[in-house]
Formats: sequence, C-alpha cells, structure tokens
Amino acid sequence: MTLREPRLVSGAEPAGHLEELRRDPIALLRRVRDECGDVGRIDLAGRPVILLSGAEANEYFFRAPDEDLDQASAYPFMTPIFGEGVVFDASPERRREALHNQALRGDMMRGHAQTIAREVGRMVAGWAGAGEIDLLDWFAELTIYTSSACLIGARFRDQLDGRFAALYHDLERGTDAIAFVDPYAPIESFRRRDEARRGLVELVGQIMAGRAVAAGTGAGPPPRADRDLLDVLMSLRDPDGRELFSADQITGMFISMMFAGHHTSSGTAAWTLIELLRHPDQLGDVVRELDTLYAGGTEVSFEALREIPRLEAAIKEALRLHPPLILLLRAATRDLAVLGYRIPAGALVGATPAVSNRIAADFPDPDAFVPGRYAAGRQEDLVNRWTWIPFGAGRHRCVGANFAMIQLKAIFSVLLRDWEFELAQPAGSYRDDHSKMVVQLARPCAVRYRRRGGGR
Amino acid sequence: MLRVEADLDLCQGHAMCELEAPAVFAVPRKGKVTVLDSAPAESERDAVQAAVRYCPTQALKLLDE
Repeated sequence: MTLREPRLVSGAEPAGHLEELRRDPIALLRRVRDECGDVGRIDLAGRPVILLSGAEANEYFFRAPDEDLDQASAYPFMTPIFGEGVVFDASPERRREALHNQALRGDMMRGHAQTIAREVGRMVAGWAGAGEIDLLDWFAELTIYTSSACLIGARFRDQLDGRFAALYHDLERGTDAIAFVDPYAPIESFRRRDEARRGLVELVGQIMAGRAVAAGTGAGPPPRADRDLLDVLMSLRDPDGRELFSADQITGMFISMMFAGHHTSSGTAAWTLIELLRHPDQLGDVVRELDTLYAGGTEVSFEALREIPRLEAAIKEALRLHPPLILLLRAATRDLAVLGYRIPAGALVGATPAVSNRIAADFPDPDAFVPGRYAAGRQEDLVNRWTWIPFGAGRHRCVGANFAMIQLKAIFSVLLRDWEFELAQPAGSYRDDHSKMVVQLARPCAVRYRRRGGGR
Repeated sequence: MLRVEADLDLCQGHAMCELEAPAVFAVPRKGKVTVLDSAPAESERDAVQAAVRYCPTQALKLLDE
C-alpha cells in the first residue's frame, strides 16, 4: 500500500507557519483539523510537523515507543532553561524518574496536601478583609512555594521569597517558538530567560553558601529529619573529595524538577477559579460541597486525597477548556506511518490537547463549561481516553497528574472555606497568552476577594 | 469470584493501590505494581474498588466472575 502525504494546511508564509504559531497557535492548530482531518501538516521554517487529532491518531501517538517517537529531542526550547553541560551519571530520563517517583508516590501525598494547605495559609495571611489580586502573579508565586516545598523540601522553600518566583516567570516566558529554529536567537525574551537563569543560580548559590557557613561554624548539619534534597546534593562528593555538583548544576536540576508542575498547576488553579466565577451556580455547588465535607472538622490533608466530585469536575472542565500544554511533541526517529499517512524520519509529530479536548463528537457542546460531563454515567474523561488529554495519555501520561489534582483540591479547600471571590473585570476578558510555548494567563487578570461572613 | 488485573503498560508506580489494599497490591520503591492476590476474598472488595478508583493511571480492573 502506498502511503499518502499529510496535507499541508493553508497560510504558509516564507518561514512556513512559524510566525502564525508564535502569533495565534490555537487558530492554526484548529485549522489543521478543519482542513486536513485527523492527520495534517504544518511547516516550521522548513521542518515538517505532522499534527494528529482524534481518538485513533492520538492513540497511535500515545502508544508509540520512544524508539519511534522520541520525546527528548522534540523540545529544543527547554535546553537553555534546564542548562547545558549538566552532567549526570544516569540519562536525564532515568534521573528524572528516580528523583520524581520518590516525591510523587502515593504515600507522600498526605504530607504534600498538608504542606500545600499550609502554603495557601501563608499566602492569605497577608490579606486584608478585602482586596484584589493578580491571578497570574498570585498563583505563580503560590505554586513556586508548593512545588519547592513538596519536591525539594520545607527547609529550601523557607529560604525563598518572591524573587525566585519572578525569575522563574522570566524563565517560562523564554519559550518563544522561534527556538525551533534557534534556541539562542537574539530576541528580548531569550535575553531575559538567560538573565533569569543566572539570577536563579545566584540565589541558589547564596543559599548553598549560607548552609556551608552554618555547617562550618559549629552549628553543624541540620538534624536528619530537617534535611532536604539540597542538603543531600551538597553532601555528595566525587572520588577526589570535591563537591559533586556546582550551584549551576543543582539549580538546573531544581528548575527541571519544578518546571512541569509549575505553570501548569498555576494556570489550572487560575482557570478553575475564573470558570467558577463565570458560573455562579456551579460555584455555589462546589462551596456547598466543601462546607459539608469539612463541617465535621476533618483535615484538608485527608479530604484532598479522597473524592470531592463537584470540585474535581470543575477542575477537569477547566483543564479540558484551557489545557496548560496546547501542543505535545515528539520527533520521528525513522520513517513511520499513521492512518495510511507517511511520517518522514526527522519530522516532528504533535498531538494537540487544545484541539482534541474540544472535538464535538466526543464532548457535546464542546466550548461550554459543563462539569456535569464527568458525573457518574457520563464520565467523558474516561470514555474518551485518547481525546480527553490535558495530561496526555498512555505511557507518557503526566506522572504528576495525581499530585496536581490533590494540590488543586487542597488549594480550593482552603481558599473557598474562608474567602469569597468576584471577577474584577468583564467575564469575557480573561484569556491566555499564547505567544510562548509555555501558556500563561494574559494580563489583566484580576479578581477581588473578601473574607466570608461568619466562616463555616 | 473476584479477579484483579493490572495493565503494566499504564502503571507508573504511584502506589496508591498499595495504600488502599495492601493485602492485594505491592509496589516497590522504583517499580510497577505486583498483584499479590489476583483472586482476592470478598472481604477485600471495598478496598480493591477504592484502589481501582484512586489509581492515577487507571491501570487496574476488578472483575466479577
């Protein structure tokens, strides 16, 4: 059987579709499905990208082994962020696995939920009885504290302040799609990215120096129970007795550990709140559900690990409509075929949560916020396992998905217990900024808060 | 009779099942699930159902045969 060439979508410019991908990726990705169907093609400055959507093509994508569709080489914009020349004795894949799986195991989750509830408490401790917050700033800072506390340790988190979050934000902004052509192109967002990385190395270096001084001046190392991942990494020595990792390498590890869970959780928390405020009936249901759940005085660290159906449905629906990653990529290592179409070796292959999550045949009334679609009997997330893909699917499904859901349940358990919120700008004016590969809320994105009368 | 199945392609070793039904599932520190008892007694039904429900990757199945 001869394989067909995937059809090239309209609108190619001299650099192919690169400029449109930088300007309005959602419109481009949707047009691919409209014009080409389940398998289409865009051109990124000469490199073909085969874009898949729909259950059958997505299943192929998510089941493919790494030997065919390689993840590591598909995200060139991440290299300058994590840092080059970070040498490890294991492959990055293995190292990530080893570091992550420990912190993400089920038996750690109760402690994480407790930590997250405490971090939300610290953030709202400075609130007056009423006021206004910028959702992007607020949730981005909160999730820096939660992810550092849960993944690295409370001791490290306690040595951070808003500066770390601000630098991290510049790092995330340094993901312009122009990186597909040149990750070091002379553009402003890349200059700020590199400056931010240097700033983070400096902050981590200061923390390390402070600990080294404390350890050397008789204070000694902290008690074993208080030690965090940074203490462990600082204690490792090479065969000559020198420190195994520099501040630059350790910062690179921390950046990479925190990256996947940061902007994703931050954005989803913001969108869950925005969608609930846009739909007061749903918000009322969720607040009543939480009031009932916590009326008996149970702990957030207990309930966040159990089902909270209405809140979970609202989070899932926010994820479906506003997936934090709009384009998942792999690189084809050899000539491949999908649904009778040719994928040439070297091509990028993409699955698109932004498109698949809104396929009308799978998700009736696809653009509407309908938490009811996850109720028993409908369960559109489970029924459509290859098209409900905010966390990806199959063998590469996000390993942090469970942590993310627990984190979001803990955040809203605390926030909605003591506070009520209202939109501070027209409901339709909240939107995402898609000009970078890391999607962030566009400003302005303000909401007002007020302490709940009488408490619960 | 109850029967338990695990899809090792999907398992990521979160060990939520071990928390829910330690008599039926074990997950090593850096590995995937082992089903200790693939035909558990009726008394394990609720625990196994919770394990199936809370598995982050939907890798588990409980069958009634």
